Amino acid sequence: MTTNGAPPPVLSLKGVNTHYGAAHILKDVDIDIHAGEMVCLLGGNASGKTTTLKTMLGYLRPSSGTVYMDGENVNGWSTAQRVGHGLTMVPENRRLFKRMTVKENLEIGAYLRQSDDLDADYERVFEMFPRVKERLTQKAGTLSGGEQQMVAMGRALMAQPKVLLMDEPSMGLAPVLVAQNFEIIEQINKAGVTVFVVEQNANMALSIADRGYVLQTGKIVLDDTSQALLANPQMRAAYLGDV
Amino acid sequence: MTQAATVETRPARRASRITPVSVFLWALRIAILAIILYGSYLSISSGRLSAAQWRDLFVFGISTGSMYALIALGYTMVYGVLRFINFAHGEVFMVGAMMAFYVANALAVTPLWTSSPAVSLLIVLVAAMFTSTAIAVIIERIAYRPLRGAPRLIPLITSIGASFTIQYLVRGLVGPATKSFPRMEPLRGTFEFGGFVILKTQLVVIVAALVMMGGLYLFVEKTRTGKSMRAVAEDPETAALMGINVDRTIVNVFAIGGAMAGVAGALWGLVFPSINFFSGFLPGIKAFTSAVLGGIGNIVGAMLGGVSLGIFESVGPSLVLAGYEIPAFSQLKDVVAYAALVLVLIFRPTGILGERLAQERT
Ligand SMILES: Nc1ncnc2c1ncn2[C@@H]1O[C@H](COP(=O)(O)OP(=O)(O)O)[C@@H](O)[C@H]1O
Ligand SMILES: [Mg+2]
Repeated sequence: MTTNGAPPPVLSLKGVNTHYGAAHILKDVDIDIHAGEMVCLLGGNASGKTTTLKTMLGYLRPSSGTVYMDGENVNGWSTAQRVGHGLTMVPENRRLFKRMTVKENLEIGAYLRQSDDLDADYERVFEMFPRVKERLTQKAGTLSGGEQQMVAMGRALMAQPKVLLMDEPSMGLAPVLVAQNFEIIEQINKAGVTVFVVEQNANMALSIADRGYVLQTGKIVLDDTSQALLANPQMRAAYLGDV
Repeated sequence: MTQAATVETRPARRASRITPVSVFLWALRIAILAIILYGSYLSISSGRLSAAQWRDLFVFGISTGSMYALIALGYTMVYGVLRFINFAHGEVFMVGAMMAFYVANALAVTPLWTSSPAVSLLIVLVAAMFTSTAIAVIIERIAYRPLRGAPRLIPLITSIGASFTIQYLVRGLVGPATKSFPRMEPLRGTFEFGGFVILKTQLVVIVAALVMMGGLYLFVEKTRTGKSMRAVAEDPETAALMGINVDRTIVNVFAIGGAMAGVAGALWGLVFPSINFFSGFLPGIKAFTSAVLGGIGNIVGAMLGGVSLGIFESVGPSLVLAGYEIPAFSQLKDVVAYAALVLVLIFRPTGILGERLAQERT
């Protein structure tokens, strides 16, 4: 890892290859995410975005390459250890526990927290999403899509994340909810949480991210600041809807 | 790129049409109902059994059924997290009952057995509980964990193998002879309250089962471990991504299922004092039936299913079959259990409360 004074990235992948059985999904992926940044990972369907997040969390193990947290090699760590160290994911399509109540979903978010005193965390979630408080005793499956998104964000915040991994937060939401959701993500980032957001909606993601990576069939093909990516003709043609 | 407003897409409900099969099934339903009702009418009007005899059959059904319920919890909880039927669970119960026999036998010659029967009984229960828990956890570790991710038919077949292995292991260790549980003098006879008479053993069984089931329910609903079990049952991948240790949660499920089966094993010895290496088979099948009857995967369903099956089995032959002057009707109680399983699978595959046996996780 880089030394010379600067702190190491909070999360990074170095030369990571991930397989599903014989299928080679991630190919020599390098990603560095620094503290406080908002970074996005763009790519089409089945390009390997979710696989990247699952590899970061240790749910999938790389066949070669290394995952680092704060400069430490965490290849041998379990998902629970990584979550315990502040890596938290909001999964694709929210994936709430629909048969459990909203309150229980939030409790699952705080599953690995050592402290029993979660009142301040609940307050923070309720302040950001007053609707969640009204729905606490309801089964999560009975909520609307927008409300479910709030609970999914709340569940992640209950883990007190240092790095928040967001898997396609725009998926399956009405445009107005997408915009709201991205505002919330920005707000969380401004409050000091590092955010890594995976998106197919490149315009939306680049409008709030500092930097972006572009993934194509498991390879990082572009890696630049958001302005540069927005201006990149290759990028415009492939992902930003220009013809 | 931007997606349109989403609404949860539900599969359109299939238009209900009258097909020959549905006509046949309805005819079958009506015929079965008519047979049951007419048989009940015949036996009740014949006055063969007194009100007290009916009550005794009912109470016997509840006590047997509450043991089925305890065993059924293991089937249903394992199905909940792993989506396969652990056919070795009947053997987990049998091993607990066997341990209960040995501990009870050893205690029966000590003064404790007569001086403090409650303590003795508690020791027997705890010993059986620990033994069954240990066996359940060991089976999970050696037979099922290596198969995680394999198609679900494979652990299912393995569980049948595990079941035979345990049966013959026990047979090899303790011999094939049927053993008889020592009597507990203070549990002989009946207990009366307000004119209601119940055998003491049955009362102990019902109370102990209720306590265990109540405790389990609270555990699953209220504790952190219980919530993690429900999360894993609903969506193991997301649970893992939230930092829940799925393997450990599965071990917890096997351990709790084993503990319940162990308690059932010890209680079984109070009501049906003879036991051998094959004694897990029938109660295991009955408990599996109970779990399906209640809705596989559903904990409260397993409890309801167990008690219902116990009652059907106990009351059913005298109520329905005796009415038709079937000579050995009381020998047919196992038929009632299997008929109940087949009928549930035909008419209500979701059971009383639960989900379809073949339904995939959503
Ligand atoms: N559980 C799995 N088993 C086998 N292949 C998988 C599995 N999950 C994803 N894949 C494959 O990995 C590739 C990348 O998937 P994914 O990371 O989910 O893509 P994205 O999130 O970018 O849409 C796809 O080709 C997909 O078919
Ligand atoms: Mg994806």
